[in-house]
Amino acid sequence: MVDVPLGPAGLVPPAEVEDVELYHPHSWVTKYVFSQDAKVIAIQYSATALAVGLIALVLSWLMRLQLGFPGVFSFIDANAYYQFITMHGMMMVVYVLTALFLGGFGNYLIPLMVGARDMVFPYANMLSFWLYLLAVLVLVASFFAPGGPTGAGWTLYPPQAITSGTPGGQDWGIILMLVSLMIFIIGFTMGGLNYVVTVLQGRARGMTLMRMPLTVWGIFTASVMALLAFPALFVGAVMMLFDRVLGTSFFMPAMVEMGQQTDRNGGSPLLFQHLFWFFGHPEVYIVALPAFGIVSDLISTHARRNVFGYRMMVWAILAIGGLSFIVWAHHMYVSGMNPYFGFFFATTTLIIAVPTAIKVYNWVLTLWRGDIHLTVPMLFALAFIVTFLNGGLTGLFLGNVVVDVPLSDTMFVVAHFHMVMGVAPILVIFGAIYHWYPKVTGRMLNDTLGKLHFWVTFLGAYAIFFPMHYLGLIGMPRRYHDVADFAFIPASAHTLNAFITVVALIVGAVQLVFLFNLIWSLRHGREAGGNPWRATTLEWQTPTTPPPHGNWGNETPVVYRWAYDYSVPGAKEDFLPQNHPPIAPATAGAAP
Amino acid sequence: MSIIILFVGLLALIAGWWLARQRLAAKPWLEEGALGEFPGTEATALPAVKVGLGVFLAVVGALFALFLSAYSMRMGLEDWRSIPTPGLLWPNTGMLIMSSIALQWAKVSADRDDADVTKVCLVAGGVFAAGFLIGQLLVWRQLNASGYFLAANPANAFFYLITGLHGLHMLGGLVALERTIEKAWRGGATDQVRLSVDLCAMYWHFLLLIWLILFSLLTGWADQFVEICRQLLT
Amino acid sequence: MAIVLALVLVAVGSVLFHLVSPWWWTPIASNWGYIDDTLIVTFWITGAVFVAVVLFMAYCVFRFRHKPGQRAHYEPENKRLEWWLTVVTGVGVAAMLAPGLVVWNQFVTVPEDATDVEIVGQQWQWSYRLPGPDGRLGKSDTRNITPENPLGLSKDDPNAQDDVVIEGAELRLPLGKPVKALLRSIDVLHDFYVPEFRAKMDLVPGQISYFWLTPTRTGTFEVLCAELCGVGHPQMRGTVVVETEVAYQNWLKEQSQRTFARLNAPEK
Repeated sequence: MVDVPLGPAGLVPPAEVEDVELYHPHSWVTKYVFSQDAKVIAIQYSATALAVGLIALVLSWLMRLQLGFPGVFSFIDANAYYQFITMHGMMMVVYVLTALFLGGFGNYLIPLMVGARDMVFPYANMLSFWLYLLAVLVLVASFFAPGGPTGAGWTLYPPQAITSGTPGGQDWGIILMLVSLMIFIIGFTMGGLNYVVTVLQGRARGMTLMRMPLTVWGIFTASVMALLAFPALFVGAVMMLFDRVLGTSFFMPAMVEMGQQTDRNGGSPLLFQHLFWFFGHPEVYIVALPAFGIVSDLISTHARRNVFGYRMMVWAILAIGGLSFIVWAHHMYVSGMNPYFGFFFATTTLIIAVPTAIKVYNWVLTLWRGDIHLTVPMLFALAFIVTFLNGGLTGLFLGNVVVDVPLSDTMFVVAHFHMVMGVAPILVIFGAIYHWYPKVTGRMLNDTLGKLHFWVTFLGAYAIFFPMHYLGLIGMPRRYHDVADFAFIPASAHTLNAFITVVALIVGAVQLVFLFNLIWSLRHGREAGGNPWRATTLEWQTPTTPPPHGNWGNETPVVYRWAYDYSVPGAKEDFLPQNHPPIAPATAGAAP
Repeated sequence: MSIIILFVGLLALIAGWWLARQRLAAKPWLEEGALGEFPGTEATALPAVKVGLGVFLAVVGALFALFLSAYSMRMGLEDWRSIPTPGLLWPNTGMLIMSSIALQWAKVSADRDDADVTKVCLVAGGVFAAGFLIGQLLVWRQLNASGYFLAANPANAFFYLITGLHGLHMLGGLVALERTIEKAWRGGATDQVRLSVDLCAMYWHFLLLIWLILFSLLTGWADQFVEICRQLLT
Repeated sequence: MAIVLALVLVAVGSVLFHLVSPWWWTPIASNWGYIDDTLIVTFWITGAVFVAVVLFMAYCVFRFRHKPGQRAHYEPENKRLEWWLTVVTGVGVAAMLAPGLVVWNQFVTVPEDATDVEIVGQQWQWSYRLPGPDGRLGKSDTRNITPENPLGLSKDDPNAQDDVVIEGAELRLPLGKPVKALLRSIDVLHDFYVPEFRAKMDLVPGQISYFWLTPTRTGTFEVLCAELCGVGHPQMRGTVVVETEVAYQNWLKEQSQRTFARLNAPEK
């Protein structure tokens, strides 16, 4: 690349693109219910996902009560406990995080950030949400089905998932779970096509790939990965459904079930695990990459400084996205697969730590010599770096095959993945909601309530999950309904468990403050104006706030610069919006 | 899992080739200005639906690649008993090829603005495709009648499952084709008809390709290939 | 400003917690001390990175927090710094990976003189099988399982006749002798897990997996199942006793009436 600064280009007059192509709704139902507007769909997705999140939160309370105070709550028997952990896990990973990041933020931000009027296939986009809602309803229905929901653990490993020793295994639970997943995947594919193709084909004039905000890069890459990874879960789900309902033996080996020989033969439980983790590992990054992107933008905007090393950040996203498809078996080091795979997968897994580390460095270096405004979104972004760093580093324990051996299936694993793909992305979600709420509603969220929410959530979540690693180090196994009466577990560990439970209850409760804030600020929040954070990206430059269907009025924006022109020397303001025409030739392209 | 890895690798190559032309090494903060100076970095001139179909086909491809990966892993286990190739699969394959040819023809004539030939070819393509589906159902009945039940052996189960899934995709294609035929009959804007026909043809060729791969696998031609893949894996 | 304090607190507090909290691994009872060593190396490297990054962050927030009239410094990237950090990270990662792979190589390479012990899992109990005087385990198949033949040994295999079947009792291992544990399940996935041994592996129905260890300390240890195996998962417990060679041989003699042939004798 030649580093010659390109001179300022002649002004290109904005195109007069009338938004005739969009289907404008005429009734309340088509405007707010069966809406084809990506922004309405985004809110539908987010609201549904938050509702599912509340259910999953209550489930986590119930299982923490059992772990912290075993036997005190008699209605949480072993059956119920396993049902709670299974539903909590699956809901959080798929129906909350994936749906929120891609269906929620993807829908809202992609068209606005790339300067499009809407997604390219609005009808499929609408179907995507309704299929998602159907999937959620099917999943929740399993609570009311005979035998209750499945208690197979969120990994749904066969043969256990479809045998009688597991809650829901021979009842409706597992069937509803698998069907719900299949509906979700079909629905997601419709949405995912939109997210990907809108970035490919819907960009405004001047919006080259390297001018896209990292949020779009993150969601785009995650969507591509999800489109390729979810089919693996689909295949696993279909085959397991066949095993369960039609008596095939894809995964079911010859086995003795409760003292009786079965008529299964020769199936391979490991085959399911390969399929599951071929989905499951990219899934981690499907959640993480949008969080990476969003947090980059939050830090940059609130530190008034360009994202440090933008190009490296983009390359790292792409590298992580690619590598994440060849690390899946690090979830299977002790699964009984060929142990020589361990060498390969440990190496690829630890290699992926390098681009991830670069991202962390660049976030921190963005703070360096910045002008840091400690707003609520910024606080959440800082907390994200801490928790993600912590969770990422413990990933180096579990990715290094031999260190994983003593730690696998212990509370260490639980602590690790909650820190890295539970707490960290959720902190980003909160930060992002505080950041973009003014664009969605035109009003600011309450700052005091926001700070209360932040402090309890951040410190509480850290106090829950950091000590939990040490329970795993002792050897306390995960997925135990009851860890009493082990000689190797000291009494103090049980005290620690009780402490964790109390903190978890508090952290959960403070989320109600957040919900209250969301609703209260709709009417009573401070008027925000169009660009309260003085940000550069296109979504803040819409003619009206909240943006109407079609986003841009009569003229779609023309992009003249990258997304991070903060504190440019020579510019009057400390930010230059992406659609701001080139400034005087002398300063244009002022190189560092 | 080597089949899906190969498939994802192929997609990665395509993605890499495209990204390589997107100036990923440029320093965007130096490039203030309008678009004209960065040719090739804008959205392509292709219609969005066509790109969308391309992405969708990648997803479908991943789905079948995963099934084939599972197939190749499962067939290595000892209880596998391959099923004999039903003779009817040959005429079915012929039917599908005819269908694909008809749609290609439709595409060519649509490009030439020959509306009548386009309509005939579209209908012919639909009829052949329907014939293929009916033929597949007959194969299922034959197999069932001769005792190759779904749950009896994983080879049978995979056969029903994979052919069924392929059939479902074909069925979905028929719905799209039916709407295209309607459009052609109404004589709507030629541009739109041309695009629809183009998309149908693209989808059909892809499903034909998948079918040929499946067919070669199910009839055992590809067994050796799979054997190699499996050895690479274990 | 509170956030600066919080960040410092998190960094320093985490280190203090690590150093002074009473929660640490169980004393090791096998040859896998190398695993513990690799873990310690990993703790050092990752701990240093964590503290450094969080403290640096705290400093940045403290030093560059918004003041009226302040403007951020404009610097899109610094290639040298970025490459330098990449290389340092790479070295750190290699420093963890290399010992990890070396130890893993030991883990998957079973010594020649290891004795076979079969561990069989079922919902929800452990059973064991020892090879008997001929030193060989006979063939087995889940299909052979009946109430009289709970582990499904092959009646036709001569090697199986002197195998010692231990059902629902404790496993004993001799001190200082390498043992290859062959793992088999007759229903769902299980995982043979003794915290003091560090090593563990899943039991997968339809195949035989393995791991090996040399017990290095006498004592009685708890056996847990570490792979969710249904609603009775937490109750799937057992004990393993490591004892001296002499004591072990005496015990083994007592077990001679529990050979497969004898257990099946009354029927014949």
